Amino acid sequence: MENDLALTGAQLLAIYRLAIRIRLNDERVIKEMMAGRLVTPYYSARGQEIIPAAVSLCLDDDDTICTIYRGTHDMVAKGFPLDLLWAELAGRVTGSCKGKGGPMHLTFPEKGCMVTTGIVGASMPIANGLGWAAQLDGKGRVSIANFGDGAANIGAFHESLNMAALYKLPVVFVCQNNRYAEHTTMARSTAVERLSLRAAGYAMPGVTVDGNDPQEMYHAAREAVDRARAGGGPTLIEAMTYRFNGHLIGDAGGYMDKAEYATAQAADPVPRLRRQLIDGGFVDAAALETIEADIGAEIDAAVSAAFAADFPELAELTRDVFAQEIA
Amino acid sequence: MTAPQKMTIVEAINRALHDAMAADPRVLVIGEDVADPEEGGVFGATKGLSTAFGEARVRTAPIAEQAIVGAAIGASIGGYRPVAEVMMMNFTTVAMDMLHNHAAKLRFMSGGQTAVPIVVRTTTGAGFSTGGQHSDYLEAWFAHMPGMKVVAPSTPDDAYGLLRSAIEDEDPVLFIENIPSLWTPGDVTFEKHPLGKARVTRVGTDLTIIAHSLMVGHALAAAVELEGEGISAEVVDLRTIAPWDRETVLASVGKTGRALVVHEAVKAFGIGAEIAATIQEELWGRLRRPVKRLGGAYCPVPFSKPLETAFVPQPADIAAMARDLIAD
Repeated sequence: MENDLALTGAQLLAIYRLAIRIRLNDERVIKEMMAGRLVTPYYSARGQEIIPAAVSLCLDDDDTICTIYRGTHDMVAKGFPLDLLWAELAGRVTGSCKGKGGPMHLTFPEKGCMVTTGIVGASMPIANGLGWAAQLDGKGRVSIANFGDGAANIGAFHESLNMAALYKLPVVFVCQNNRYAEHTTMARSTAVERLSLRAAGYAMPGVTVDGNDPQEMYHAAREAVDRARAGGGPTLIEAMTYRFNGHLIGDAGGYMDKAEYATAQAADPVPRLRRQLIDGGFVDAAALETIEADIGAEIDAAVSAAFAADFPELAELTRDVFAQEIA
Repeated sequence: MTAPQKMTIVEAINRALHDAMAADPRVLVIGEDVADPEEGGVFGATKGLSTAFGEARVRTAPIAEQAIVGAAIGASIGGYRPVAEVMMMNFTTVAMDMLHNHAAKLRFMSGGQTAVPIVVRTTTGAGFSTGGQHSDYLEAWFAHMPGMKVVAPSTPDDAYGLLRSAIEDEDPVLFIENIPSLWTPGDVTFEKHPLGKARVTRVGTDLTIIAHSLMVGHALAAAVELEGEGISAEVVDLRTIAPWDRETVLASVGKTGRALVVHEAVKAFGIGAEIAATIQEELWGRLRRPVKRLGGAYCPVPFSKPLETAFVPQPADIAAMARDLIAD
């Protein structure tokens, strides 16, 4: 049984490629912010890399995702081009949204990156609509709704899960449970111990997995995505993880339990997967270093190009409000 | 060309939905009670649609306005043209995040990569003793959202023609249907009417009354009364509130020199303030009197009949205000 579920070296490496891409990109964002070159609110998802990396392995470009303000990792994993991402973070006209959205509204439909929202819980009702569109299209596409444990307590969660189950929509609800809703622990905000228990209340399958474990996360995503594609309806996945950088960059995390934080850091899933790849003999360190250097170079180029680009002209204020530019 | 037919506003809406769904397979309908097992809605506006087009396209929804509007938004980003029904305008407040933060803004925030061509149909209006949570006109909320269009027909022909255009529009449209006049009959031409165009419903020379929805009928009734007194009132039906037709309004007031804006929504901070301010900015030297406004009283819509009637501007109130404007 264990062997049947074991991921191949190629699968593990594919997850690592995305996870390290997310991590290196995240670290660079923070570095540029600390240096004062990048001025933006930024909600780091350090520590949560494995979840979207594993989910994305189950998705095609025309499958769609909706995510939230802590969602850059989801977008990078889905294939959001780094040059367009960086130009958007820098508020430049060359950004994917012409600099008009910023990190909380990253959008790139060509890769299925449909909505990033700054409103807790709002990814879910919209993901349902994309699921409805996929169902009508009849091409087996799926819609992913990413959100956090905090969002599981807002009305949109409950309305959306009921509707998705009722209509058998091809939606996978991926709850990235990083244990904190802003500054409040799950224990102090949520009566139920496992959020996946709520799935039963909406007559859909629900599962809690270690979101930092590539194998567990991949199989949960695979099963849910396959079910959705086959017309079997939605799934709620609660992916347990941990948030390494507080709610916002600059948040010292004084409310976080020190021992718990230290334990989570020691179990950082990205270096853990790196060791697993080397120790399992799947790939040697030199090959990983090459991959990492290539990503680093891609980020360098994206950052340089972003800062060299123009800001949007002020006429952009009247464009894209409506389809027709306002006179 | 289809010959004009006499029908009520609710029949015209039903017909517009039917014709839109037949013309374009991307048009969808979602809302509470909208399918035929639920009798096509409390007013029957969606009757027959699920039988004709199937329940995959015409979805009766749980009572979950956030999920209803969210599903419409998502389906529109996915290439469809959903018409969401939010039974009463007061219930849009439950879905305000979806409407304000998402439907109205996604086009801008994505730099034009995504768009939300949805219509949200909703009904409202005082007159049936529905009290403080089933009668409000909230058009000013929606007109205050950059990216949201707001349409409010006053006749069956406009209900048909504006709804067809709203469904074809590339932007989100809030479509307001007045409940007390839903069964008012009129000729329907089955022509599409462009959004953003007001109509001079009655030509006059002494003052301009600007109104929308039920208040157009009240303004016309007042104009008839005034005619008997030798006062010639022009009535402009806004039809689209956002973006409103400044040209037609300013041309009319430029001609008459006097303006009265009437709406059923609470007067304070209502759309009448925006229109009055614009008229005064643009026509200051040509105005013969300051612009006047009439609107709902500054209180929740009351239940008790005399209070409810007094809350809403009536034809006599409009006529009285018009006389004030004319008197030197």
